[in-house]
Amino acid sequence: MKRRQLLIAVAAGALFGPAARSQEKVIRIVAKKFEFTPSEITLERGVPVVLELTTEDVAMGFSAPDFKADVEIVPGKVARLRLVPDKAGTFEFICDVFCGDGHEDMGGKIHVT
Amino acid sequence: MAIDRREFLKLAGVGGAVFASGLAGCAGMRMKQDDFYFVQLSDTHWGFKGDALNPDAGGTLQKAVAAVNALATKPDFIVFTGDLTHTTDDPKERRRRLAEFRDIVSKLDNKNVRFMPGEHDASLDQGQAWKEFFGASYYSFDHKGVHFIAIDNVSDPAAKIGEAQLAWLKADLDKQAKDAPIVVLTHRPLFDLMPQWDWATKDGAQAVALLMPHPNVTVFYGHIHQEHHHMTGHIAHHSAKSLIFPLVAPGSKPKREPIPWDAAQPYKGLGFRSVETETPAKITEYPVKA
Repeated sequence: MKRRQLLIAVAAGALFGPAARSQEKVIRIVAKKFEFTPSEITLERGVPVVLELTTEDVAMGFSAPDFKADVEIVPGKVARLRLVPDKAGTFEFICDVFCGDGHEDMGGKIHVT
Repeated sequence: MAIDRREFLKLAGVGGAVFASGLAGCAGMRMKQDDFYFVQLSDTHWGFKGDALNPDAGGTLQKAVAAVNALATKPDFIVFTGDLTHTTDDPKERRRRLAEFRDIVSKLDNKNVRFMPGEHDASLDQGQAWKEFFGASYYSFDHKGVHFIAIDNVSDPAAKIGEAQLAWLKADLDKQAKDAPIVVLTHRPLFDLMPQWDWATKDGAQAVALLMPHPNVTVFYGHIHQEHHHMTGHIAHHSAKSLIFPLVAPGSKPKREPIPWDAAQPYKGLGFRSVETETPAKITEYPVKA
């Protein structure tokens, strides 16, 4: 199963049940040209979280290459991405769907304690 | 092909140190094709404005065109590997910039010019405007025994080549002899140079896998606004300098950022290159000069 398919399947709850999902922390992130809010999130190593991502304007992407995690954010829909940080430190996340003049500066940080 | 380097520099109106390196990935090119060279220009970002990065944003491209026209030995052809224009949300302005770019490069003496889109040209409208001006965004052609393949990894704003184009690439490669000299031209790196900075192609590994059975493949790309050389197995990947502003080296700073204009060394970090396919095949970098 490809990574993206796996992420989608996980996000859809196919690989873990509603009970497990309900116990996991949900972090909502809103994207708009050319920023994420919040732009910094703090996670705990080994503790799963579900990111719920929406966009206020155009299609965006959320990519955290250090965790091989990415998802496309389509206007009008909630994109869910389950993330289990496997290392501590500070890591970049970016928008990886080109969204205009400012796209290159659109990103944030994931702090893992 | 015999190029007198000093004469070349003199007539091109450029000077200073010239970086030249063996083109390892083109080792097989020494086989049988006629010697020739082509010129690669990239990331011209026509329409960009920002004096702190390039106070001559409206004149740098013209200087590069003049320098190419001044080459003592004429290239067989010229390629532009994307980001011809700087992005804009306005479709009319996008077309205006594409038209102005086309007018400027029409001043090139050599009319055999090949274009590729960059994400600034094509990602906001899936390449619609770009294709109106320059035609197909991916294609192949042959020149004196070398097979050239232009790959579009920007018309999908998610930086994907896509299944349809990958199928086309496979079919195109299947028609080539296994040891055929192959040059790939594209905008983004096909390998994961720095995904944290969006310097990658999502499905680039699939393209590299299709190319891997061919022993004589070299890739020339742009996007990262600086010269960079990388090997994936036997395949060499060479990025080109920009003609608008340079970016910092991958991983050298916490974030990707442009290098400000240096009034003491104007046009530093900008340039174009020639790629010779003689023995040994060679890349030569040329700066832009006032």
